[in-house]
Amino acid sequence: MSGERAPQPLTAASNPPVQPLASNLQSSDVIKASATASLPAPARMLTQVAKLIDVSRCIGCKACQTACIEWNDTHPEIEHNVGVYENPHDLTPDMFTLMRFSEYENPDSGNLEWLIRKDGCMHCADPGCLKACPAPGAIVQYSNGIVDFISENCIGCGYCVAGCPFDIPRIHKTAHVSKKCTLCSDRVAVGQGPACAKACPTECISFGPKEDMIAKAQGRIEDLKSRGFDNAGLYDPQGVGGTHVMYVLHHADKPSLYAGLPDDPKISPTVEAWKGPAKTVGLLAAGAAIAGAALHGLVARANRVSEHEEEEARQLVDTKGRDNDEGSGA
Amino acid sequence: MTNSWTDIANTDLVVIMGGNAAEAHPCGFKWVTEAKHNRGAKLIVVDPRFNRSAAVADYYAPIRPGSDIAFLMGAIRWCIANDKVQWDYVRHYTNATFLVREDFGWQDGLFTGYDEDKRAYDQESWEYQFGEDGYVLSDPTLQHPRCVWNLLKQHVEVYTPEFVENTCGTPKEKFLEICRMIGETSSPTKTMTSMYALGWTQHSKGAQNIRGMAMLQLILGNIGVPGGGMNALRGHSNIQGLTDVGLMSNLIPGYLSIPKESEPDFETYMSTRGNKPLRPNQMSYWQNYRKFMVSFMKTMWGDAATAENGWGYDWLPKLDIPEYDAMKMFDMAKRDEVNIYFFQGFNPLMAFPNRTKLTEAFSKVKLIVVMDPLETETSSFWENHGIYNDVDTASIQTEVLELPTTCFAEDEGATVNSGRALQWHWAGATPPGEAQTDVWIMANLFLRVRKLYEEEGGKAPEPILNLTWNYADPEHPTAAELAKELNGAALEDLRDPADPSRVLVGKGQQLSSFGQMRDDGSTSGACWIYTGSFTEDGNMMARRDNSDPSGMGVFPNWAFVWPANRRVLYNRASCDIDGKPWDPERVLVEWNGERWVGPDVPDIAVTAKPQDVGPFIMTPEGSSRLFSRKLMRDGPFPTHMEPFESPIENPLNRKMRGNPVARIFPDDLAGLGTSDQFPCVATSYRLTEHFHYWTKHNRVNAVNQPEFFVEISEELAADRGIARGDRVRVWSSRSQIWAKAVVTKRIRPLICDGKTVHVVGIPIHWGFKGAARKGFGSNSLGPFVGDANINTPEFKAYLVNIERAADQEVPE
Repeated sequence: MSGERAPQPLTAASNPPVQPLASNLQSSDVIKASATASLPAPARMLTQVAKLIDVSRCIGCKACQTACIEWNDTHPEIEHNVGVYENPHDLTPDMFTLMRFSEYENPDSGNLEWLIRKDGCMHCADPGCLKACPAPGAIVQYSNGIVDFISENCIGCGYCVAGCPFDIPRIHKTAHVSKKCTLCSDRVAVGQGPACAKACPTECISFGPKEDMIAKAQGRIEDLKSRGFDNAGLYDPQGVGGTHVMYVLHHADKPSLYAGLPDDPKISPTVEAWKGPAKTVGLLAAGAAIAGAALHGLVARANRVSEHEEEEARQLVDTKGRDNDEGSGA
Repeated sequence: MTNSWTDIANTDLVVIMGGNAAEAHPCGFKWVTEAKHNRGAKLIVVDPRFNRSAAVADYYAPIRPGSDIAFLMGAIRWCIANDKVQWDYVRHYTNATFLVREDFGWQDGLFTGYDEDKRAYDQESWEYQFGEDGYVLSDPTLQHPRCVWNLLKQHVEVYTPEFVENTCGTPKEKFLEICRMIGETSSPTKTMTSMYALGWTQHSKGAQNIRGMAMLQLILGNIGVPGGGMNALRGHSNIQGLTDVGLMSNLIPGYLSIPKESEPDFETYMSTRGNKPLRPNQMSYWQNYRKFMVSFMKTMWGDAATAENGWGYDWLPKLDIPEYDAMKMFDMAKRDEVNIYFFQGFNPLMAFPNRTKLTEAFSKVKLIVVMDPLETETSSFWENHGIYNDVDTASIQTEVLELPTTCFAEDEGATVNSGRALQWHWAGATPPGEAQTDVWIMANLFLRVRKLYEEEGGKAPEPILNLTWNYADPEHPTAAELAKELNGAALEDLRDPADPSRVLVGKGQQLSSFGQMRDDGSTSGACWIYTGSFTEDGNMMARRDNSDPSGMGVFPNWAFVWPANRRVLYNRASCDIDGKPWDPERVLVEWNGERWVGPDVPDIAVTAKPQDVGPFIMTPEGSSRLFSRKLMRDGPFPTHMEPFESPIENPLNRKMRGNPVARIFPDDLAGLGTSDQFPCVATSYRLTEHFHYWTKHNRVNAVNQPEFFVEISEELAADRGIARGDRVRVWSSRSQIWAKAVVTKRIRPLICDGKTVHVVGIPIHWGFKGAARKGFGSNSLGPFVGDANINTPEFKAYLVNIERAADQEVPE
């Protein structure tokens, strides 16, 4: 898709500006919104962006996790070690990205491989979360491809979790909102790359116009093929219309080797079936929210909580968090 | 590092052995990524564990901890046997052609001159043969049976691929494949870089591990060349700077040595430091030692340092033993011989071996002062933390004072990186609470001690009373004032000896090069290698020009690199004997017929004719050393030695234990474990998520790696009934620890000397302070013995046992 390049540099390497900048990502740039039948046609189309993660360059240092925690100012739990390198053990409402480590004995070469993949939202061109979401405007997609959750509109119903073919969104137990990687839409809006890409020491993570990232990936793939990885390739799954987070994989023929990355991700037929007709019926936005809540069997509660409730909830989560120590695989 | 971080991008082959660069130096590792990307470079990792570096390597081979010398000597043997030698380099730039004394020899794992009672060698025979002119005899044809080359060939003969496999546990085919990859770089247009760190230093023969690789690099012609070198990845961001200004108890700044008791006056001290050239025409740069030493003493004592009093030589301490390293001091403390101990940025309760012994030692010290930005385990060694610090607080009478210091980001100054770059930084934050800079604390201590001497007198007051202290604020010398002192200045007008009417440097001006230093008291300079860092042109360390016109990663105007802003040491060796670069595509310096020119600062006199003067200007021979003469206590060639605690006997000498000349105190020797009780080999390491014992105080780091664990193979886990995530107990002959078990395919049992050897990996980052969960370090278990030359503790190879402890009650 061609479009006007955003006016600010789109790189992970550029240094941040020192003067305040106006956001270049506006509500008029939204091209899809959850439970919203029609949107005004956008006045402009932004350049399609993408994050490219070259798994073969990743050293599993977790600088991306650290940068993510710091930029988004989240507070993940200090958990236990459960016998693996993944910490926290899974994505959480406070941990939007996670290094997943897989030990793979390659039957062809006889060599052990330690496949390390940075997991997180893939920013699908055809986002299952957005399709599944019953809350108007809680999930939006900008014309540059970023899929963002708008917490103010989120009712915490969890439909996005069911709708996601990658098992990414996590519901915050007390705030009752769904959380995931924003592709640092707030940074991209002022011409910066995502925090994780900025922090990555080996340039395993790069960021820029999607077409540039695809071209960059080709060079990496050729290099991998020259090193004996005949099936090296780009992961940009077409089952979800392609993604704005892409991987270079040594074994592109077997994505599932990488801690269960879906081989051929597709939006669940249930979500398609439910949301498809809903759209065509053309429910009013507000109606969709009520229908969604009813379907979910929940009494939708406001996501604003009092300080007192917040404190009670924090204690509850603190206690529960310590008991909840299940690991996430090798 | 002989080279720089940025130079790694110039290499064809990276060998990570004795380190784990991706894990422990992730930011510097980007240059490996660059080399792979730009030049199609390959990466080899040799390590007991398939680690994070191995995850991105082209080739990996396992090795038993503590057997690196066998591997490296085996590689040298293979290269010689298969003609993978850069012959022109070896003939001209190493001491291969030099003749060695007839009485030097090696047998049963020992060199000539061993005295078992003294645990030392008489090094008399470890020397060249000299002609009547005083120069070393040599045989350029390499035919003479006593030339270094033939002795080396003889020395490595035992290290066959079968010996390597049997000793290291490295499968023979993997060893040979690595030899083939390494051997390719004997081509003058292919280079290999060696990246290593504590995986080689923390052994009782650590220095010999490094020499082994240095020798291999010399044979391949990979020292002094772009993308080559011996690259020590330093573990703390400024540990290079600390080493430069005198980290060791027997050194003073710029790698000059503290006098010994047997050197009562300056002339006696200098008599063994003449460094007369051993070959014609050689620079033997240490001939300037006197200039550096006098300039150092002039910085210390200014006008009070005169020719008459040996420039204040009497006021320097004189060592009665080779060194007072940390283990020696802690052993003395345990024997009640230490009253006061200052721990400045040092957490030995986590960093040094045998915590039981350390606790006992600290309990006998009367006053401990800890200067640190964080609360450390050392400053709290007297607190009971259950199993994590099981001490009887009431029985400890030591007074502990904590003086909170600023951390690096709250202070200004230079940080010296692994590549010897002095990079200035500015304070980025205001220190919290009552934190003060280390300089302020030291200055205030000094001023109070000086006042006591002034008022009350005392023994030997001169070094204190005469110390130069000309700072604008005596209580707080600035970083810039101190940096200027390290650089040095002219104390008189420095005139051109050839034309005395010409003033080269005016009185009071900063020196721009250590070449300007003089031994007549007319110059100062506390650290000669730093001269040029703060000149009349200003603070060279603060330069931030990141342009690289040559594309060789030189970045000549970025900060200042010692010595003389030179980025690659020995870079004259990047050219052939006529001064032409080995690889015309990768030029650092070259001879233009009259002088040396190029993007880097030549490591040789700029007009020194290439055929006359050798590239290794710091040695009196002008050449590098395959045979190191008397420089190392444990031999002029590396020879395989087992760790003090080893699962197998030394195949070269079954009676020999550990390094036969490493110092070990009697009770520590008696306390060593044996493989019948402790069948597993433990090795310590760092994790990317943490930095030593600091970042466990930081919540985000604690999230990323929250709790202490050990790593074991699936085979050992099955053998001991341990499941992933189980709590386990690990114990050595000294102590025990509890940890979570990470069971992995990345560690495999090795077969050595017919035995199955299991490795237990123990990361170091947890203690009983901070945000992360309470845990232990590897040091609780490790033996109290270090390298024979520099006493770095043997943390990388010792014996333990392990059992499942899921049912044992352990308090949080």
